[in-house]
Amino acid sequence: MAEYQNIFTRIQVRPPAPYPGVPLPPDNDARDGKPRFVHLFGRLGDAQIGPIYLGYTGLLSIFCGFIAFEIIGLNMLASVNWDPVQFVRQLFWLALEPPPPQYGLRFPPMREGGWWLVAGFFLTASLLLWWVRTYRRARQLGMGTHVAWAFAAAIWLYLVLGFIRPIAMGSWSEAVPFGIFPHLDWTAAFSIRYGNLFYNPFHALSIVFLYGSTLLFAMHGATILALGRFGGEREIELTLDRGTAAERGALFWRWCMGFNATFESIHRWAWWFAVLCPITGGIGILLTGTVVDNWYLWAVDRHFAPAYQMPWPATPDPSVMQGAPR
Amino acid sequence: MSTFNLKVGIAVTGLVLAAILVPTFERPPVRSEQGGFRGTSMGTVVNPRLRAANVARNQVPPALEAADNEGDRAGTLYENVQLLGDLSNAQFLRIMQAMTEWVVPQAVRDNPDSAGGCAYCHNVANMASDEVYTKVVSRRMLQMVRTINNHPHVGETGVTCYTCHRGQAVPTAAWSRPALPQHGLQAQTGKNRVSVAAGLTSMLVDPFTPYLLEENNIRVISGTSLPRYNRTSIQATEGTYALMMHMSTSLGVNCTFCHNSRSFAEWAQSPPQRATAWHGIRMVREVNATYIEPLTPLWQANPGGPPELGHRVARLGPMGDAIKVNCSTCHRGANQPFYGVPMLRDYPELRTIREGPARSAALSPQ
Repeated sequence: MAEYQNIFTRIQVRPPAPYPGVPLPPDNDARDGKPRFVHLFGRLGDAQIGPIYLGYTGLLSIFCGFIAFEIIGLNMLASVNWDPVQFVRQLFWLALEPPPPQYGLRFPPMREGGWWLVAGFFLTASLLLWWVRTYRRARQLGMGTHVAWAFAAAIWLYLVLGFIRPIAMGSWSEAVPFGIFPHLDWTAAFSIRYGNLFYNPFHALSIVFLYGSTLLFAMHGATILALGRFGGEREIELTLDRGTAAERGALFWRWCMGFNATFESIHRWAWWFAVLCPITGGIGILLTGTVVDNWYLWAVDRHFAPAYQMPWPATPDPSVMQGAPR
Repeated sequence: MSTFNLKVGIAVTGLVLAAILVPTFERPPVRSEQGGFRGTSMGTVVNPRLRAANVARNQVPPALEAADNEGDRAGTLYENVQLLGDLSNAQFLRIMQAMTEWVVPQAVRDNPDSAGGCAYCHNVANMASDEVYTKVVSRRMLQMVRTINNHPHVGETGVTCYTCHRGQAVPTAAWSRPALPQHGLQAQTGKNRVSVAAGLTSMLVDPFTPYLLEENNIRVISGTSLPRYNRTSIQATEGTYALMMHMSTSLGVNCTFCHNSRSFAEWAQSPPQRATAWHGIRMVREVNATYIEPLTPLWQANPGGPPELGHRVARLGPMGDAIKVNCSTCHRGANQPFYGVPMLRDYPELRTIREGPARSAALSPQ
């Protein structure tokens, strides 16, 4: 038990024989694969691999995801003249780009964003099917569906960025490209185009929940590891029947900051922070360009962007001065 | 975990981190100096080590001995002096010598056949002749220098041929259209590959053609808080962003040198340098469109430079277009070329370039 004090996992969670899992109701497929143990996996989590439940939503999801992955990858490979060396060297820079603005919401030629729409369709189908899978597996196991709804929050942000907001704006060109650096460049350009997203209150909320999630996760993980010597990892049991671990954890935070969560409520804190991050972020993105076109000027209108006296005279716009070149 | 495994793990992690960090980050020191209102992050970021190295690369060569303004004018002494005819003989010869040292490569000047470099532009048997195409180019370049030195962008610092050429026939910091693959599954968008011009981002590989040759709209941010007045796309914003990255790297400055980054668009909060840069963009457009591009036929006829003088340097880019000017052509990592040393002051001859004909017959290849 004292092994849990270490910040690295030092024990293998490994029963003498693989655990087959609970029996499922009759309308479920059988689970596939012979279960086995992998030492490396045991260092990260449970050492047992399989049996896995496939099911048609899972298979279809992987199939659609594979199609999207292939379309994106082949488009990237084609963009470097099918040169595998350049593909590897420039992989982070390559992209599958949405259509240019002149096509609006029409289906563009395949060469000009058509592939982006097709890839986006299959990626979205894959995500939604995987969501159904997380929901149904949870139900079949008699669990709550908290995981599925947390996943749905992430899918909400994804759909706002690539589907809902482009439709609201009337153009697929408003969507995000598929690509590592291209989607980051898009993000920076998006903020610039719409007058600095830092003045978007929902962006601010999203950042609060993002950083708050990491803070809560660190506090919670550290507390449980630190209580390992008293059996603190048995969190749910200790919720119902507070033992010394729960008492000590509570006292620690009460002494440090005057307030403490409980072994139950800390998980609600974490879940809501994590879920609210993409929910508020998605609202902020959806309002951008549809309701507010320049967040800085909007903040000036709403009197929460302060005015500063700069140490130089106001610079006039040269393009509006008389006799200026164009 | 055994100690050996732990050590191997630490070593591998260390190597991977070093491989990521060493080429990615700039070695300190990095100094940040506050410029705007306190707390507004209007800082100027300078690495004194890199700054010192760039200062060493941007030194003005010693000026030639000043020439007297006595005697007959060059226009009466020599034939076919179209632009510098108002100079005295001494001034005229001084500026010819300076131009040779600024522009003609050392290897050519050392070649005895080149008559000390004069033959790079002149038929040495008949100096008045326009038959060597580089002479026609030089004349147009002098008109360009005249335009630049009268432009609001340049001010007292001024430019000479050396500001761009630095002893090379073709300035090394310049641009031409890149050759991009055209046969992919996607139509070529000019981006989504390593863009050196745009600070190693994936934005436009060539942010110059749309903004420094053509006059595409650079302003992308809405002037109103509410929508419906600005249809600029995010793609167009990336184009502007790419151009701004070029300006930033060319001038060795960060965004806040010209912008208050809380609102890139707002002029009232921008540092005064932004107006200078605004004029700079117009100046480069004029230089490229009025002076450089129209000379393309001459370079197409002589794609490796003047014939029979060795030292071939390509006059055209991979797409067959002229090698054109951008911010770095003069600036070279300094916010003022040569960090503000007014080189033009030593060459008052360059202030007396005549208007001259806008085009001469020799502008087409002979």
